[in-house]
Amino acid sequence: MKIVYVDNNATTKVSPEVLEEMLPYFSELYGNPSSMHFFGGQVQKKVNEAREKVADLLGADPSEIVFTSCGTESDNAAILGTLDSYPEKRHLITSRVEHPAVGNVSTYLGRKGYRVTELSVDREGRLDLDELRESFTDETALVTIMYANNETGVIFPIEEIGEIVKAKGISFHTDAVQTVGKVPINQKKSRVDMLSLSGHKLHAPKGIGVLYIRKGTKFSPFMIGGHQEKGRRGGTENVPYIIGLGKACELAKKHLDEENTRIKTLRDYLEAKILEKIPNTLINGDPLNRLPNTVSVSFEYVEGESILLLLSDLGICASSGSACTSGSLEPSHVLRAMGVPFTAAHGSIRFSLSIYNTKEEMDYIIEHLPPIIQRLRDISPFWKDYLKSQGKG
Amino acid sequence: MWDYTEKVKDHFLNPRNVGEIEGPDGAGEVGSLACGDALRLTFKLDESKRIKDVKFKTFGCASAIASSSALTEIIKGMTIEEAEKVTNQDIASYLGGLPEEKMHCSVMGKEALEAAIANYRGQKVVKEDFEIVCKCFGVTDREIIKAIQENDLRTVEQVTYYTKAGGGCGQCHPKIEAIIEKVRKEMEKEAPPPKLEKKKLTNIQKIKLIEETLGREIIPALKADGGDLDLIDIEGNKVLVALRGKCSFCPSSEFTLKQYVETKLREFVSEDIEVEEVRP
Repeated sequence: MKIVYVDNNATTKVSPEVLEEMLPYFSELYGNPSSMHFFGGQVQKKVNEAREKVADLLGADPSEIVFTSCGTESDNAAILGTLDSYPEKRHLITSRVEHPAVGNVSTYLGRKGYRVTELSVDREGRLDLDELRESFTDETALVTIMYANNETGVIFPIEEIGEIVKAKGISFHTDAVQTVGKVPINQKKSRVDMLSLSGHKLHAPKGIGVLYIRKGTKFSPFMIGGHQEKGRRGGTENVPYIIGLGKACELAKKHLDEENTRIKTLRDYLEAKILEKIPNTLINGDPLNRLPNTVSVSFEYVEGESILLLLSDLGICASSGSACTSGSLEPSHVLRAMGVPFTAAHGSIRFSLSIYNTKEEMDYIIEHLPPIIQRLRDISPFWKDYLKSQGKG
Repeated sequence: MWDYTEKVKDHFLNPRNVGEIEGPDGAGEVGSLACGDALRLTFKLDESKRIKDVKFKTFGCASAIASSSALTEIIKGMTIEEAEKVTNQDIASYLGGLPEEKMHCSVMGKEALEAAIANYRGQKVVKEDFEIVCKCFGVTDREIIKAIQENDLRTVEQVTYYTKAGGGCGQCHPKIEAIIEKVRKEMEKEAPPPKLEKKKLTNIQKIKLIEETLGREIIPALKADGGDLDLIDIEGNKVLVALRGKCSFCPSSEFTLKQYVETKLREFVSEDIEVEEVRP
């Protein structure tokens, strides 16, 4: 079956170059980087090279890179590791549209007696920075706000937020899992203290992440163990994956331009054609400040899971913020926070592209999507009612 | 991804009886756009008061569309009295089962049917007569009590799967818990559980039940030990099976068969089942 994979915010294909780079470290080069002998030492050298490549993509110093097992671990470590360093401070500020790796940690902390301020977003998914300015207290230990939203692709003004937070002398963490590799990042000029990234969102495998920790940032290790990662994250290094991530970051830097030109053009083309061919369709999120690869689109009067399964039947892999796909009964917290009208919230579909997508694939989607939506609208009791109300029935 | 049966996929991809009947004898609508699913059911009777034609329109996920389609197929040709007895379990079984989280789709089918029958009889279902327990999804105590009774539910989570109640903000969870406790107490008083009353099964029902029991209770247990089993034939009460994988050369296979498969089939299907192994 033909496969058109446009769910790259969920996960990406491992680049062949990345896999090739990893393979020797599963077999002949199995040494422990901490060992004193040459056999471990040669592996440590490769781990250091990978660290440099990650640092290079982020505009960071290699000593500021801590390898973790995934984006979720990075987020947990940043939040809990900061709060542990400021035991007297019991307040944190975050947003209502965070990924569960941050959002559910906040909920957990709320249960533990922390005060959590969740900043709201407007209809386009944008933050109100005045609300942030008014949220600080003497007790505030940390501000954690995502760089770009995984569902809508909306990019927050992270540097502007950093200015505000740092003026208060408070630690600032950002979940940049969806951002790294899609938007240029330069930590040398940034006000961000900590930044999370995940390998499998940029063509490295699942099971490897990074927490960037700026020099001088107060941080207690979340994973307590050996001296690895300069005592900031215990546990023997996941060598092949670290090396794979290093390669992926090297490639991501190379492809950054393509992401923001060719991929963005493909996304814009797909979006424009969908809006042109399918009535009662709306785009979710600030169209100006958005990841170049993401579009979240809502089709009124139909439900997302049904759309996804009909697309899937044709080999098209996308995702949805609808309730039914997640096993929850309400549409995604992101769309609800944005106040997307309920006629549209259940029918949202996210297409997220990568450098492996082509124009021909976009045309394939554009050819097959309109009849799918029409077919479901023909089954939906509300579509005919709507047409009647418009005098078209 | 949901583990939908082939039957669910078929009824989703090729839904039967889509549409709306003009001037129906009965019409019912449940759900809403805000809730994420809705079903409008219309039917017409023939001279002998049987459901001659029935159509549906559904907004919702794949299992909601499949449940609606299945419902129309089930009730076509039935009298109102027969249709009234159709349960949400019948809809789910017709589809070869639904993921538990999706059982509310079958309940929605049952509720639309009830609403359409009430409409045919000129009765009005007045939601206001009942207490709304779940404000997020507008679920009443009556709906929750029915779901508990008809589906033998025990936990808040299950009530959410079957009725959606409690699936939003979660504030009503203590209320749901109290309802479960009350209803279960009454259920146990009414029907003391000692022996499961087994209805006389038709051959088709028996075969289906044997297959279901094998698939749900027996094969997974054998597979856990590296074995497997094929159903070869059913002759009256005699069930012929062939063992595969590790089971087929296991010296205790006869023991496995007699003790395990037979006990399970007797428990779930009928007391007089006998299991016999055939060598493939």
